[in-house]
Amino acid sequence: MVFDMDRLLARVRRREKQLSRNDDSSDGDSVVTDGGTAKPERRGWLARLRHSDAIQAIPFWLPPALLMGWFVYGAVGWNLLISLTDWSGLGQPNYTNLTLEMYTQMPDDPSFWAAFRNTIVLLIAFTVVSLVIGLVLAILVDQNIRFENTFRTIYLLPMALSFVVTAIFWSWMYNPSTGTINVVLSAIGLDVLALNWIGDPRTRLAAIIFALTWQFSGYAMVVYLAGLRAIPDEHYEAAKVDGAGSLRMYWRVIVPQLSASTTSAAVVLMVFALKAFDFIFVMFGDNPGRSADILAVMMFRVAFSRTQWAYGAAIATVLFLMALAVVAPYLYMQYKRGDL
Amino acid sequence: MTTAEPTDAGTGEGRLSETIETVDTQRVALYVVLAGLIGFYLSPLWAGLTTAFKTQTGFVETTPVTPPTPAWFTLEPWELAFAAMQGGLINSAMFVVPATILSATLGSLAAYGLTKLSWRGQVGILVIFLAGVFLPYQSVLVPLRQFWSAVDLAGLLSFAPFLANRADLLELTITHTAYGIPICTILFRSYYKTLDDEMIEAAKIDGANAFGIYKRIVLPLSLPMFAVTLIYQFTQVWNDLLFALVLVTSRSNYVVTQSLNELQGSMAQEYNIQMAGAFIAALPTIIIYVIFGRQFAKGITGAS
Repeated sequence: MVFDMDRLLARVRRREKQLSRNDDSSDGDSVVTDGGTAKPERRGWLARLRHSDAIQAIPFWLPPALLMGWFVYGAVGWNLLISLTDWSGLGQPNYTNLTLEMYTQMPDDPSFWAAFRNTIVLLIAFTVVSLVIGLVLAILVDQNIRFENTFRTIYLLPMALSFVVTAIFWSWMYNPSTGTINVVLSAIGLDVLALNWIGDPRTRLAAIIFALTWQFSGYAMVVYLAGLRAIPDEHYEAAKVDGAGSLRMYWRVIVPQLSASTTSAAVVLMVFALKAFDFIFVMFGDNPGRSADILAVMMFRVAFSRTQWAYGAAIATVLFLMALAVVAPYLYMQYKRGDL
Repeated sequence: MTTAEPTDAGTGEGRLSETIETVDTQRVALYVVLAGLIGFYLSPLWAGLTTAFKTQTGFVETTPVTPPTPAWFTLEPWELAFAAMQGGLINSAMFVVPATILSATLGSLAAYGLTKLSWRGQVGILVIFLAGVFLPYQSVLVPLRQFWSAVDLAGLLSFAPFLANRADLLELTITHTAYGIPICTILFRSYYKTLDDEMIEAAKIDGANAFGIYKRIVLPLSLPMFAVTLIYQFTQVWNDLLFALVLVTSRSNYVVTQSLNELQGSMAQEYNIQMAGAFIAALPTIIIYVIFGRQFAKGITGAS
């Protein structure tokens, strides 16, 4: 989220001033509690309540919140419930006998561990590499270059494409005999590296991470660019006066100030990694093999191809908890800083 | 990295280039690196584009790096891919546009409602919306399938066969609208937070009610933000495959990502047709991105 502390403070101050001089249009909370007693001479408390902001706001936010709430929270809860049953096959789930069986069988399932491990590897490697490339791109683009807009637009372009499209492009790029990757590697004398990148289980996950990084590093660039532009020019000046070389200046002075950008970009990238289903599904179908299976793909395969609904739901719960583990600390931090 | 030369600050644009003689070579190196990166980022698209215009022998015997020679040039892959994906394109257009407009409108209304709440209430409800942005959709797929089969939209709409046949797409519309609301609300709310209160206060003194204020003041001011959210949502929904895989059961309702995925499966060796299909499916989002790149960037960064 783009935040602006000064503006926020100004707004809060204005709000306070308003409250103190004009108690007619006071804030929601106070109206509801003292609505019946304060200033009865002007209007009846019912009319007052009707005119209060908090009440008037309800028709605006409640219907969207209910629709969203049912599909998000209702469904997550329902999913948890299904994961406690033993539902599989064509019938309907039986909700009377709820056990943790689906979760207790996970540790004994080697394909679960493979998918879990790959998910973690993908999450970390993809996020770190995307952040590093994004930062480098942002610093390069921030050098007051010509046609900055064009460069930025092209680096970000893959973000606008569907995973279905990029998976098809990259299947072709990785083609062992005529794919661009191997053609280029051979051309520069690196024939040794002209491997069957997505065919060989040993390189499959790395190949996926590389392609996803291609698609999302532009996003990290945009976030970092916003962060760089927010750093006052004096900091660059000061570092220069201190005689810092440019590389050291960036490392010591600029990069530390980008921690907020890093955090928010990292959170979003990690969530993207958890959602990387479409890409792998289009490239490999619902079973990419042990070496590249991730929980998102495994969940789909277990539930929708093998109709082991309860086990699929349990894997989905694990995925949800992983996302929560990434997002909850971030939201709490934002809340503490007053950035929400 | 090339040397960063600090410059006159005030412009905000320039932090570089105190003109020193040595800078020139560094600038050249900088542009070479930037151009090389362009090559990297465009290489999959370039390989796809050259291949899509080649005949079968053409793409087997040449590398994807080289453009098609007249001997191997053909438009046939495009015709075949378009024929296979025509239905998907129409179906996608039919549900993506309403889903996009609905989630943007509902998001704007919700965000406006939130601005009228106290700080504490606002943050509380906001967190509920925010969590929806980061939800991995796998964790709702099984209930989603259960829910829509219990609702039986096709049965409910049996009085109108046209709608009943399109029930899958209607389900997709509602589903995408619901999951789009969180991000749209967040985007609009971060914008409304910066709006000036004074006009709203003035309208209030004039006796306008909440709906009047929204219609007369907030909505017209929201148009730039509508551009951002509409573009963001359109791209997201158009590009999605997962929900369609789960909700669209009849082939006549396949959306564009599904027909492309199917095309890829059935034409495993015909890379030229696959590439043409990929470009056809991507064309709407590429066009929108090229025209509204700035709004797109704003949307995806606002989403963080």
